[in-house]
Amino acid sequence: MSYSNLIDKLLKGDTRAAARLITVVENDIIAAEDIINSIYKYTGKAYILGITGSPGSGKSTFISTLTKIFVEQDKKIGIICVDPTSPLTGGAILGDRIRMKEHFTLNNVFIRSMANRGQLGGLARATEDIIKILDVYGCDIIIVETVGVGQSEVDIFKSAQTVVVLLVPGLGDDIQAIKAGIMEITDIFIVNKMDLAGADRKVSEIMQMLELDMNYKYDSNNVMNDYAKIKRWSPPILKVNSKTGENFEDFIKLIEKHRIFLEETGIISDYQKNRIRNETIQILKHKLTKKVEALLSSNSQIEEYIKLVMDKSLDPYSMANLIVKLLGME
Amino acid sequence: MVNQRKIKVLVCKPGLDGHDRGAKVLARALRDAGMEVIYTGLHQTPDDIVQTVIQEDPDAIMLSMLSGAHNALCPVIMEKLKENGIDDVLVGIGGIIPDEDKTFLEKHGLKGFYGPGTELKTIVEFVKNNLKR
Repeated sequence: MSYSNLIDKLLKGDTRAAARLITVVENDIIAAEDIINSIYKYTGKAYILGITGSPGSGKSTFISTLTKIFVEQDKKIGIICVDPTSPLTGGAILGDRIRMKEHFTLNNVFIRSMANRGQLGGLARATEDIIKILDVYGCDIIIVETVGVGQSEVDIFKSAQTVVVLLVPGLGDDIQAIKAGIMEITDIFIVNKMDLAGADRKVSEIMQMLELDMNYKYDSNNVMNDYAKIKRWSPPILKVNSKTGENFEDFIKLIEKHRIFLEETGIISDYQKNRIRNETIQILKHKLTKKVEALLSSNSQIEEYIKLVMDKSLDPYSMANLIVKLLGME
Repeated sequence: MVNQRKIKVLVCKPGLDGHDRGAKVLARALRDAGMEVIYTGLHQTPDDIVQTVIQEDPDAIMLSMLSGAHNALCPVIMEKLKENGIDDVLVGIGGIIPDEDKTFLEKHGLKGFYGPGTELKTIVEFVKNNLKR
């Protein structure tokens, strides 16, 4: 099936075509390959903002308030909300739209809910592809809301230019704040629900963690490539109230500041390189997994290897090496 | 895992109807049947619903109505879907729909009519068996 008709419409900013293509890339990775192949040259205009945080930290409400401000600035907004798939049934309840009701009928807001379909890391396999479709559709800003995350679902920083982490007062003590993962990939910290008791304490906990971090972060020799985008950027901490919109103007300024920082330091090109590298690794993993699975189910040699491992004349590592040889890619 | 085709369903509460226990139970049942279910909350206008359908591109829409406004709202929803070229989405309805209104609503393309006491698996099967794509 050819998707050129839908792609032509997408390039003209047709909403239904965008929605249809998103469905296709979600369901069919082979078709996704064709579609991305045709539209890739038109991508790269949108600014991608990642919003992450634990379940109930207020991500959807925060995005809704933020969207209202962007809409007043005449920006076209794409919102991708990822919710978890049930590991038992494969089904999912996608409920992020509930908090974004007031934007449903606005022409320049496109909201799309998706299930992560078992992918770890806080996003879904197709999220990167959907970002590209919304980019070509003409969105100025694409907001990606991750599933409610724990501590190590950090894929968002591979996709977004600016990663915002939402925290709320009263969840976790200062030891939570010095653990690895989410806290390390953050560009802007938001303490949401600032009207609740403990908001200032939360801010000072994050501040202490950042001070501990300072020494190695500022030593550029010590910074891994992946973390290039946070070097020399000291993540600001801002208290907001998503219900009233308090302090959101400051938040918009912080995004702008971070964007300018990425451009002036040239880190933006490191970011782009890393994004391409990471995405390609994902695609390769997918393709290789398929190849390996096909080999494992069709090659009679494998059964013999398994017997050898059972007899202890071979170990699983050596067997894996033999399979790599069978794949013809050592 | 190459082609992860999933049935996507939009569960909706149109109009001024504040009771969504049924909608939530249904959403849960469809989820447990392996579907991806979007629930948009209460008080949806026909425009809200149609825009959501355009953007989310679901395979089915399940309307839950207990307010008695079905004869007023459903034809508007169906008309607006048509205006936007959406003709391949199953539209089902449940809630409190008196028998005498069914023919009228059927004429507008609605299906299902599941009232209180319906077994959840009946509705799950209805969605699975009546998809238009």
